[in-house]
Amino acid sequence: MLEVEVYVSLKKTVSDPQGLAVKHSLESLGYSEVKDVRVGKFIQLRLDLEDREKASQRIEEMGRKLLANPIIEDFTFKIK
Amino acid sequence: MRWGVAVFPGSNCDQDCFYVVRDILGEQVRYVWYEETDLRDLDCLILPGGFSYGDYLRAGAIARFSPVMEALVDFAEKGGLVIGICNGFQILLEAGLLPGAMLRNKNIHFICKYVYLRVENTHTPFTNLFKEGQVVRIPIAHNEGNYYIEDEGLLELKNDKQILFRYSDKEGRLTPEFNPNGAKDFIAGIISKEGNVLGMMPHPERASEKILNSQDGLLVFKSIVNWFKRC
Repeated sequence: MLEVEVYVSLKKTVSDPQGLAVKHSLESLGYSEVKDVRVGKFIQLRLDLEDREKASQRIEEMGRKLLANPIIEDFTFKIK
Repeated sequence: MRWGVAVFPGSNCDQDCFYVVRDILGEQVRYVWYEETDLRDLDCLILPGGFSYGDYLRAGAIARFSPVMEALVDFAEKGGLVIGICNGFQILLEAGLLPGAMLRNKNIHFICKYVYLRVENTHTPFTNLFKEGQVVRIPIAHNEGNYYIEDEGLLELKNDKQILFRYSDKEGRLTPEFNPNGAKDFIAGIISKEGNVLGMMPHPERASEKILNSQDGLLVFKSIVNWFKRC
């Protein structure tokens, strides 16, 4: 069994209205050092696989097909 | 002419669309359950608004893999008319049947209100009863309507006259304060390159009767009937 963490984030070229709102909110709480906020998604998977290479391929596919929308999002993952 | 209204788990504008087609247009219509795979009896399929699969992951991301969507691809390739409204538009984007994607509204609020739209291209099955540049009033109700497309794609949309509706003010001027969700280039509705698939965020079915304060949306449905009669 493999534990996987997938991170989905908006592409750098895409504006992030949610991140902007969080940034403003942090600023109003006094955290003036915050210069940029991007809000993304964190997805945990448990795979019934032992082969890490194969798992990488499968996760790559899952990311492209469903977990992220390649037009606006990038994704990375970590197999633990 | 035979119409279908798709029903996904979480659709909530299906009955309104059904009502407009059957009771106001007087056309034949049936519901199409999301597990159906045969659309051959239909001429036009509506993907209604709502929250298919609870908008989990991304709006439309899960619905696009339902069986009816596979049938829809085939249906659209053969020239069948498809109109995706709000969540229906989001599903068409996720399925890649229309270019671009939806981001959260710029002000990160769910926006539910009447907006003005400028009609940009009237030579289509969906807008042939409008006048070029006509300003219409149709409501929006969404959280992710901030249309995004890369500049290259935008240029293609423009060159091929695929943009049908833009958010505008009452006089048809494009000004940022009348772009409710921050959509790229004020885009509210587009068609596919082939011209038979429409996606729009505003709800024409909610502006199809006098009692609802606007009948401008009805022209979308009537245009389709008109186009079909002429073919």
